[in-house]
Amino acid sequence: MKTLYDKLWDDHVVHAFNDDTFLIYIDRHLIHEVTSAQAFEGLKLAHRKLWRVDTNLAVPDHNVPTKNREVIDDPISKIQLETLDENCKDTGITKFDMFDPRQGIVHVIGPEQGASLPGMTIVCGDSHTSTNGALGALAFGIGTSDVEHVLATQCLVLKKDKNMLININGEIPKGISAKDIILSIIGKIGTAGATGYAIEFAGDVINSLSMEGRMTICNMSIEAGSRVGLVAVDDTTLDYVEGRPYAPKDNWQQAVDYWQELKSDNGAIFDKVVEIDATKIEPQVTWGTSPEMVISVNQAIPNPSESDNAIKREGINNALNYMDLEPGMRFDEIKIDKVFIGSCTNSRIEDLRAAAAIVKGKKVSKDIKLAMVVPGSGLIKRQAEDEGLAKIFIDSGFEWRDPGCSMCLGMNPDQLQPGERCASTSNRNFEGRQGPGGRTHLASPSMTAAAAIAGHFVDIREFCDD
Amino acid sequence: MIKFETFSGIVAPLDRSNVDTDAIIPKEYLKSIKRTGFGKNLFDAWRYLNNQDLKSKNSERELNPDFILNKSPYNNAEILLARENFGCGSSREHAVWALSDFGFKAVLAPSFGDIFYSNSFKNGFLPIRLKTSDIDILFNTTQMIPGFKVTINLEDQHIETQDKKKFIFKIDINLKNRLLEGLDDIAITLEHSDAIKIYENSRVKVVPWLFKDI
Repeated sequence: MKTLYDKLWDDHVVHAFNDDTFLIYIDRHLIHEVTSAQAFEGLKLAHRKLWRVDTNLAVPDHNVPTKNREVIDDPISKIQLETLDENCKDTGITKFDMFDPRQGIVHVIGPEQGASLPGMTIVCGDSHTSTNGALGALAFGIGTSDVEHVLATQCLVLKKDKNMLININGEIPKGISAKDIILSIIGKIGTAGATGYAIEFAGDVINSLSMEGRMTICNMSIEAGSRVGLVAVDDTTLDYVEGRPYAPKDNWQQAVDYWQELKSDNGAIFDKVVEIDATKIEPQVTWGTSPEMVISVNQAIPNPSESDNAIKREGINNALNYMDLEPGMRFDEIKIDKVFIGSCTNSRIEDLRAAAAIVKGKKVSKDIKLAMVVPGSGLIKRQAEDEGLAKIFIDSGFEWRDPGCSMCLGMNPDQLQPGERCASTSNRNFEGRQGPGGRTHLASPSMTAAAAIAGHFVDIREFCDD
Repeated sequence: MIKFETFSGIVAPLDRSNVDTDAIIPKEYLKSIKRTGFGKNLFDAWRYLNNQDLKSKNSERELNPDFILNKSPYNNAEILLARENFGCGSSREHAVWALSDFGFKAVLAPSFGDIFYSNSFKNGFLPIRLKTSDIDILFNTTQMIPGFKVTINLEDQHIETQDKKKFIFKIDINLKNRLLEGLDDIAITLEHSDAIKIYENSRVKVVPWLFKDI
């Protein structure tokens, strides 16, 4: 009896070393401009060739401006983008350039293009590679030395993780999305709660979720400490994959037969099981500087004195101080300066539909300095325009941008200014993440959209009834 | 990679939990295409008073006098003492490069982010997991005695403090050997080239669609 993770692992073992590490074969390597340059340089210095050119796919995303990208003002960003161009040209790696309609955030375009498929091992020099696990693939982030290692050998030396099952059952209340589910899980198990584990997400709620929702959940596995988030293959997966540009065509039925085995066997043993009652999940908003510092929108900002642990108290105090918040404050008294809808967590078409449904016919609050929507890829952008979503956002007062990582991490011109407070659909509320001194509150697309209209977070369940 | 040898160094206590890789090296400083030069921006937001200043040279920026690494003798520390979940968050190897470039050779903590932990060994940098109670003792001592030194012996897997306390740590044998011998990971894997080819040849029969060109 094997778990899904066990099956994926066993299918990719090339060699077992004399301890508990293994040489694991990598089927797909996704590349972006920030974590690859030093890897290509290392190969050149050692006169090493790529093991398999044809399995790599590159795309610039972290540094690309989301408007007027013809001109890149930051010379260092420009060098990084040009270096990726040169490295792909020299090696023959396929790359979608900034002006290609298929360009977008690496974790969005992998599944979108069918470059990420069920049953694969997928790596990328980025911790949110776990997103691809929603397809029933073993996908995880790696550092630059491992990027070089994969380029040179198509393998990685790895130790197997333990198995964790997170079962999410019960009917999801109205207004609650995949983002609220994963934030509440992180709140419950903590930011290191799944360190050393591969998480499989299962249960009624996961079964009924769309691929987009599953990707949002797997995306943030790393925020609970796990490199790997997984969902078993089912009809939703197969429907999503079929017809994508790099999905199998001639071998489709053979692939489907293979993929249908990609689920945990009945009775498979997990090292840890977490049960989540979906009926109790409320709209989530982070208040602090770690994704585990998350509460329901109607809860008050916590008081450090309520924690029994000195290090935790110190952590809460540091976070309150950085976020400029007082214990007991309510979200409706915390004014938002900027709004960001985008990132590999929440920039897919379903996210944009959810946000557009909230803002339709309403105006962004005059207190908001900037509200922006950044689609995850050029194709999502086009689809959203065709569906009329872009017009809804623009009419409400949002800026409608070109695809990229944008303000999720502010390596490009989209940044918070010191002290600014942002309602954001991204994945990390770390100090300075969206710009030095910037303050981030993470929430779902609909919660973030509603915050843009109200100028502060509101309970989406009441907002819907208006 | 240079071999990791037994050494004694000053311990700098960084009394925070969940120190993420964004804090270790903020994204503003990830734009180099080299592996060196990140040390001056290690813990940038805590280390400099005006951390919004991207224009000035680092040497012209005002240091935060309260930050531990700006105080003597910690500016010469080679061992970082940290709390749980050190190095969580982003996969950026730049975090390890920045710690190394500053002069750190090892970090002691109760637990680490997985990717950071794995990245460390690729750079001759040693992350050591110690029991929380041992970490508490080290925090107490280092905070009382500035410049407190410990000796790290990877071969025997122990740390000895200057007041002769010994702490044992666990580490995977392969990771340990790679550091001790300064081995090149890629060269080791390429010794298994035949096994990789055999795997590919059998795998392509089962999942032929995975061997089509992108």
